[in-house]
Order: sequence, then structure tokens, then C-alpha cells
Amino acid sequence: MSKQRVVTCSINGHEESFLCRPRQTLLEVLRDVLDLTGTKEGCSNGNCGACTILLDGRPVDSCLVLAVECEGAEIETIEGVAAHGQLAPVQQAFLEGAALQCGICTPGFIMSTKALLRENPHPSEEQIRFYLAGNLCRCTGYDKIVRAVQATAEQAAAEN
Amino acid sequence: MVELKVDWKPRDENTVFHHPIERIDGVEKASGFAKYSTDYAGLHTRLLTSPHAHAKITSIDLSPLKDVAGVKAAYVFPQRAPDGDTLFEINWEGTPIAAVAAETPAQAAQGAKAIKIEYEVLDHFVDEDDLEAAAARGLSKPGRRESVDGDPDAAIKNADVVHKGHYGIHSITHCCLEPHGSTCAWNGDDKLDVQLSTQNVSGTGGQFAGAPEIGIDAANVTVNCEYIGGGFGSKFAADEWGIACAALAKQAGRPVQLHLGRRAELGVAGSRPSGFADVTIAAKSDGTIVAWDSHHWGTNGIKGGTVSQVPYVIQPEHRRVRTTGIVTNTGPARAWRAPNHPQACALTCTVIDDLAAALGMDPLDVFLKNVGISTGSQLSNPAEVYQAEMETAAELMDWRGKWKGRGQWDDSGWKRGLGMALHTWGGRAGGGSCTIKVHPDGTVETFAGTQDIGTGTRTCIAQVVAETFGLPLSAVQVNIGSNKYPPSGPSGGSTTIGGVSGPHRRAAIDALGRIFDKVAAKYDVDAAQLSADGENVVAGGKTVCTWRQAAGLLGPMGLEVMGEGPKNDGLTSAGVGGVQMVDLSVDPETGRVRINKYVAVQDIGTIVNHQLAKSQVLGAMIQCIAYGLSEERIMDNASGRFINANLRDYKLPRIGDIGELVVEFYEPDEQYNKGVVGLGEPPVISGGAAIANAVANAIGVRVPVIPLTPKRILDALASA
Ligand code: FES
Ligand code: FES
Repeated sequence: MSKQRVVTCSINGHEESFLCRPRQTLLEVLRDVLDLTGTKEGCSNGNCGACTILLDGRPVDSCLVLAVECEGAEIETIEGVAAHGQLAPVQQAFLEGAALQCGICTPGFIMSTKALLRENPHPSEEQIRFYLAGNLCRCTGYDKIVRAVQATAEQAAAEN
Repeated sequence: MVELKVDWKPRDENTVFHHPIERIDGVEKASGFAKYSTDYAGLHTRLLTSPHAHAKITSIDLSPLKDVAGVKAAYVFPQRAPDGDTLFEINWEGTPIAAVAAETPAQAAQGAKAIKIEYEVLDHFVDEDDLEAAAARGLSKPGRRESVDGDPDAAIKNADVVHKGHYGIHSITHCCLEPHGSTCAWNGDDKLDVQLSTQNVSGTGGQFAGAPEIGIDAANVTVNCEYIGGGFGSKFAADEWGIACAALAKQAGRPVQLHLGRRAELGVAGSRPSGFADVTIAAKSDGTIVAWDSHHWGTNGIKGGTVSQVPYVIQPEHRRVRTTGIVTNTGPARAWRAPNHPQACALTCTVIDDLAAALGMDPLDVFLKNVGISTGSQLSNPAEVYQAEMETAAELMDWRGKWKGRGQWDDSGWKRGLGMALHTWGGRAGGGSCTIKVHPDGTVETFAGTQDIGTGTRTCIAQVVAETFGLPLSAVQVNIGSNKYPPSGPSGGSTTIGGVSGPHRRAAIDALGRIFDKVAAKYDVDAAQLSADGENVVAGGKTVCTWRQAAGLLGPMGLEVMGEGPKNDGLTSAGVGGVQMVDLSVDPETGRVRINKYVAVQDIGTIVNHQLAKSQVLGAMIQCIAYGLSEERIMDNASGRFINANLRDYKLPRIGDIGELVVEFYEPDEQYNKGVVGLGEPPVISGGAAIANAVANAIGVRVPVIPLTPKRILDALASA
């Protein structure tokens, strides 16, 4: 059996060290070792986006990242999006805009949206649809997700 | 006791009910704290499944497992182990044979791989479209339905226009984003806790308890499902992998989680039967459909059943219907949202559209005319409702302004077209019960063994109860998702929202009456004059006491009442219809389709929550785009395998593939007064046919089989 390694990285702003085997994915470590089950697993091969997290600010499918690659990295997961018991504007927009149904794809969509709006605070509808194309939803009409992303961007613009 | 009338309030008196309220569990879902079955920890499991579509297992040897680190338990699915002369026959690829539980997923996978197994491979058949080949191999059988009404032969002979064609719709799967499965934990030898991804919280405990491997009292099984990541009709049972999970947990003495991998989820956890048909339809020159004659076939897997209910919604006076089932070595069918209807609609509304083209008529006129003269029992609504819905949809689509005959659109490059189809559904309330507790501080708790499969069940219950007591939504705590609560029916067939709103309204009205009795006695007022307005209990506009004071009269234990349903008291109803229209463009070079605008008009009785209802319809429209254009279980005839059983090749629409979606509820007052009807199924029915019709309108030829993949579109263009 391959040796376990200690990996130290920042998760949602806190330094964390965990033990992992070289073949363990970041998704597996988040869910099974760190009990951060908000990040979901839909396919394990990079085709659904349910496992999206931000790695050094970039959205990645955590099922395609090995945990050992994360030494020194900054990881953001859905659990870190709400601050001080308050939903972040993007979460509030998904909620108010009814952009979720069963909700299992929602964490992934919210993480992708966060990354999008950081990169491009004023995305066009087409840019939103392009950026979120890696996230799959089997229940909602997608339409409301686009509207929720637009509402978040508009709110941020109004506040600045 | 004062008798309060059991009905819904007049439409404009509602403050919470019949309002577009946000989901009350949205915070948990949006913040990642909603726990699904997959989120409960346990030993990890991997399955050994059959790579063959048809085979017998000649030997299984689990002994290599003892050398695999981390393995804690193993299980062979019942009857899969060869037993003397009786060899278990595998009838579809992916059949689970054994399960291995281990400390890590990798170890469990290693274990499943280490099991030694030998098969005697047998001939398979998976070509569900090929009626002749199936018949030649003795794998076709007459379907359950063979009927003749009137004299179809004479009607066809005397008709002005006759159209014949071949049509089809392929099998799809349920493809839940959260796969089927459970996490099981034993509490001692005879108590089992199951976190099950299920549409049937109240009905699955007994299935676990009764399995020979488990054999405990049903009362000792707790089934929980707070959240579920999609079901669509495929998650009603404990399933053999659920039983396996419980058995592994017992063997290991530790909690075990067993959720299907994506390949198994697509392959064995539910599919929608295919349907193919040869149809003759005949009409008078004014568009009146006079006759229908069809032979349709398809498969639901090894049982060889096929779809029914053709012709759909519109029933010509003279009709003959013959069905043939094909036995295939494909994963078994399960109820898929609106069982039978999407296929029946596709096999009917496309034919009517082709008839309209043959008549040189606008299909809208043909549908309008024929809903009025349809015979038989499929019209769930008066024809006038369908006609009004068609007019509304046509207005939203600007159908009359835009419509042109096939191939007559003045476009270069991408070809544009319009298509439409109609649907019907029942949606009667399912059986259910609940308990409502009013606490002495005036807060309210509800308990029901139902589940929220994304519909918004929790929110609807809270709205019903809050409205009845005149309380804010926040004063009502809704408890669902456990079989320890009063039993409720499964969430299938659009039965849930009616199934929970009736019992909760009845129980809340009952509780309110009891509270008013106490208030009347204490304050010497007439109980029949009392009402609750949110803050206070009032009589004739005057405050008698606060709600909290009223609840305080219930004593330290508060009040607990039961509600049941369904009942014929007008709170719920059944029988809805709708129409969908699609405007799309087709690239004749690549066969790609772009949805420009997609309109759904739906009647649905009393709407509890417009926001949730709209979400249901939008989600259904996406599923129509999916099975209409890209989603398909593709079976490889040579290997018998489901070759696209992964989320890369099993093509579902992405957020860029959907165009503008418009949802409109048909809701004049008589709809509000009709009672609550379920909405999950109806809007998923007619979109596939509407898309297929729009493509035919765009490119001038019928693409006969759904989904309309680029290849099928290019093939149809090439053969035109
Ligand atoms: S689970 Fe990672 S993309 Fe699907
Ligand atoms: S809300 Fe269910 S998968 Fe997106």
C-alpha cells in the first residue's frame, strides 16, 4: 500500500492538515476525511460539475484533482461561502430566484458562479451560459440559474 | 365543537397560500448543509456487475478477498451464486452480482475486482427498434392491448386525406444526479437505521425488514430521507442494493454506504420504455380526423412490455390499435415521470402534425378542431380549456404571426420552424396522513412521512398550515422525511402536493376549531364568529385575545390533531391538460438544433405556490429538450452493452442549450376553485413531440425517431 502523506493547505480560510494516499482525490478527502459533504459527487469523472470547488481561485472539478496536489493551495468550498451565519449574495439570489430544486447540483453551480463573477463582474448572458456549461442540473430549468447569476452581478454593481 | 368549513379561502384572501413563497429549505441547499443519503458516512462499497447482457454464472469465488487490505464485508446478491444445477441467469449488462465493503473506495474497488467469477455467455438481443429481428428470434409477443372502435378500414377508405408513417421514441434513463443508494447502520442486532435516497419514505421500511437477509420487525427499521437528489419515478423501493447495504453493515458491524456508480445508475436503476409505431391516420379535407390505425412496439426490458395509450388525447371515432412487446436484454424499466405519456404523445402528436402538412393546414387549427370532437376518455379537461390554452400559447409564441408551412420559411443557413403538442394527466392526491401540534407558545409543528423530491413539499405544507392559522411561515416547523412520522404515500404520478395539502389543511382546520372552542369558553364569545389574523384571535373585527394567549389555553401539552386524505371534500382534484409550443432553428449543415423560444401553458387547479410550480414546469421543459434532442440509451447490438452510460456521452442539455423558456398557468377562477392537483408529470409530456414537429416544420421532412440527434436530422435531410 502506498504511503500516506500529510498535506497542508487553506480550506475556507483556515489552515488544515490532513493525511491522504497518493491516489485519493480532493473530492474524496473533502467529503470523507474532512466531512465537508456540501461538495457533491455526481460522476467522478469531470462531467457534471457537482464537485466544483475553487482551487487558488479557479473553479475545478475536485473529483479530477488529487489531494496530494493541494499542498499550500487555497481551497474554497460551498461551506465557506456564507459568512457569519449570513448567506452570501449569490446564495441569496439562488434562493430568491428559485434557482434550485432538489439542490444537489446547487453547491457546484454556486462555486462556479463565484469564480465567474470574480473573473468577470459583469458577464453577458452568453458568457454566463458558457462559463456554467460544465455544471449539470437534472431538475431545474437552468433559466432561473441564469437569472440568479445576473441578479447577483447586478446587485454587486449597484452596491459599488 | 364549532364546525369550521373545510375548503380553501377565497383566492384574494390568502396571504401565504397561493403565493410565490421561497423554498423554506433553500438555505440548507444553497449553503451545502442539506444532507443527502450520500452524505452519511460509512464503509465504502463497490459492486461487481455483469459485463455480459445475457449469461449464466458458473462459479463465484470470494476467497481472494481475504488478501485485499481494508475489506470488511462481502455480499453475493441472492441467487447469483451457482447452486448445483440451477445457474442464475443474467438478463442485462450491469446486473449486480456481489458487493464489497471496505475502508476506502479504492480498497472496495480492489475487492470487487479480486472476486473470481466465470460466466457461460449466452446470445443477447438489445435492438429494441427491430421488430422483424425480434420476431425471428421469438422475442416478440402480443401486447396487452388490441382494440377496434368503429370501422377504421371504411373510414380510411372514405377519407379525403390519408397519411401513413413510421415513428419512434427511444429509451432513456432516469439519470438522477444523486445515484440510488443508502447508508445503513445497525443499532444492536435488530434495529436498522437507513438513510435512503427515496421517493417513498413511508413505504420502504417494510421492504428492508421483510428481506430474508434482514428479517426484523418493520417497526425496527427507521428510514430517513431529508433531502433527495432526484428520483423521477425510479426511487420507490428499498432495491436489492439497499438490502445488500444493510446486510453488509450487519456483517461489518459498522455503518456502510452503498450508492450506485454512474454507470450502474444509468444501466440498472431505471429506464423509460421505447416506443415505435407504424401509423395510418385519415381526415376529411376540413381537418377533421376520422380514423387511426396503428401497430406499435417497444421494450421495457426482459419483460417485453410496451407503451400504451396511443392515440393520445385526441381519439378519432374510428380506430384500431395493436401492440407488440419486445423482449430485450436491457436494464429494466421503471416509472419515468408520466409513465407512457411522453411516448404516447410523441407517437400521436407527430402523426397529427404530418397529417396537417398533408392537408396543407396549420397544425394549430387541426389540434383546435379535433380536441372538440375527440371521443373516448382521454380528455381530462373540457375541450374549451384546451382550446383556450392553445390560444394563449399561440399568443405567447406569436404563432399566427410567425407560422409558415413546411420548408416555406424564408431563411438561409439555419432553418426555422414551429411545432406544438398537447398533453393530459390525472394528478389525483395520494394517500397521506399527518399530525399537527400546536404548542402552548403558539408555534406549530407538523409531522408527515412524506418526502420533498425537489417539488417544494416542505414549503407547500408550511404555506397550507400557516395560512390556516393565520400565522407567518416562520411559526410553522415542518417535519418530513422519516417513516416514524404518520405515513404518507410515495411521491410519484403527481400525487404529493395534493396528498399533503389536503390532510394538513384538514388537520389545521380541526385544530383551529378546537382552539376557538377554548377561546369561546374563556372569553364568552361565539366560537363560530372567531378567526385568526396572524397576531390575534378576533370576532367581528375586535380582538378577543392574542394567538399566543389562545394557544396558552391548550394547557402544558398543547394540542395534537391528525389529518388524513385524500377525501372528496373539494380540497384536491384531478385531471389537467396543457399545450407546449416550440420555435427552433436547425443547421442543415451539421444537424444541430437551437431552441429559440419554448412556451408551456398548463392548467393545474389550485396553485399552492406559483414560484415552485413554475420551477416544476421549467425543469420538465429541460427534460423535454433532453429526450427530444439528445438523451438516449444507446445499446450496442454486438456487445449487448449500454455504450454511453456516463455523463459525457449520455447527452443532457447544458445551460447554454435551452433558449428562452416561457411558462404560463391557465388559471381563471374556476381553476383556483377546482382544488389542488399534482404538477410533476404533465409538463414533461408534450415537449418532445413539439420539438420534433418544429424540426419537421423547419427542414421540410419528418425526422421519425426521437431524440432528434444531428445524425438523425442529417439522415432525414439526405433521404428527402
Ligand atoms: S463528480 Fe466531479 S464532475 Fe462529476
Ligand atoms: S436541482 Fe436537482 S440536479 Fe439541479
